[in-house]
Amino acid sequence: MTQQSYRHVINEGLWNNNPALVQILGLCPLLAVSNTVINSLGLGLATTLTLVASNATVSLIRRWVRPDIRIPVFVLIIASVVTVIELAMNAWFHELYLILGIFIPLIVTNCTIIARAESFASKNALMPSIIDGLFMGIGFMAVLVVLGAMRELIGFGTLLSHADLMFGEIGKSLTLQPWEQYRGYLLAILPPGAFMGLGFIIAIKNVIDNRRARKLQKVVTAQPELA
Amino acid sequence: MALVRHMTISAVLLGLFAVIGTAMVAIIYGATEERIAANERAFLLKSLHILITPGQHDNDLFNDVITVQDKELLGTTKPVRVYRARRDKQPVAAIINAVAPDGYSGSIELLVAIRYDATLAGVRVVKHKETPGLGDAIDASKSDWVLSFNDRSLANPDKKGWAVKRDGGIFDQFTGATISPRAVVNAVHRSLLYFNEHRDELFDKPSMPIEGHA
Repeated sequence: MTQQSYRHVINEGLWNNNPALVQILGLCPLLAVSNTVINSLGLGLATTLTLVASNATVSLIRRWVRPDIRIPVFVLIIASVVTVIELAMNAWFHELYLILGIFIPLIVTNCTIIARAESFASKNALMPSIIDGLFMGIGFMAVLVVLGAMRELIGFGTLLSHADLMFGEIGKSLTLQPWEQYRGYLLAILPPGAFMGLGFIIAIKNVIDNRRARKLQKVVTAQPELA
Repeated sequence: MALVRHMTISAVLLGLFAVIGTAMVAIIYGATEERIAANERAFLLKSLHILITPGQHDNDLFNDVITVQDKELLGTTKPVRVYRARRDKQPVAAIINAVAPDGYSGSIELLVAIRYDATLAGVRVVKHKETPGLGDAIDASKSDWVLSFNDRSLANPDKKGWAVKRDGGIFDQFTGATISPRAVVNAVHRSLLYFNEHRDELFDKPSMPIEGHA
């Protein structure tokens, strides 16, 4: 694969075909867990890890899996990978696991993962599949973290609270509290806040895309005159 | 016949993947089992030690545990764990893992620590789904409210006092949230009643480590 096509794969994951903003997949974990930055980061990392591992496995076995059994095989692989990640998290990040615990098994239901297995990994070599999984995951995590930051800032008036669950004792000093005496805004933390926040982020992305397209159009229409 | 052959190969392949997937999970489970058990133990001990400090007892809290059942007083039909703290074999306190079934969003799980003399050593909410910013002030990480139970007993306050202020009792409710604190106050009161009725039984029953625990 050429460097240019790698760049294409990366662009697709991060922006043009972002799983959360364009494919709108994996809404259940996205909306349920994005109430603080640390929760978002935890679930985002777990999802990225799952995507990389499942894409890599699916790509490796793509020649042996017959089309008629591919979906159950993908489901099996994803379920095993998620269970392994859940166990590992319980062992090494126990307190974070207690918070995210019920959402980790939900990664299995994140359609992004089976969508990438089906539409990319099962048709491409190992390396591009890993890159695709990695950047689709990072794209998903980025949206989660931005949404988490918005909701935490508006809802609790803090950023990165409970960072110690992930980074150990140093994490405690990472918590920011921009305003003293902020009483919080409940709506942002409740599920409607998640829907509104995601709506705003999608709208902002569309505005940026539209601007870009208009600029491009101007260049294209300007060209004949130059010629 | 070609169809049967095709189907057989598919089935064998699918079975093979199932075996590989299960083997992978089994290996990781084996590798993490001990660590996870240690984590759970440490986490539980940490929450128990907030209520009964390590200096107050000299037994193994984690393994000195019984389960009891009382739908009326302990808030659930399921077995409820009671951890016993002892010093020099003398009972010090019992920590009851009681449930307040009537929270605003489902049950609230509590640890109610009661000293042998029937006064409260402390109460902590260990699991709840109350509204963030309103009802969740029952959580010690959000407010000091739950500390108002310290040193209370069935006689202090009297029966009428064991309620939130809106119901004529002495415990504060929160602005915009009465149901959550009311549920906790009532559950703590019921735990005290249970302790009062069963005190000696609670401490004399031989320990019975619970399955899937330790």
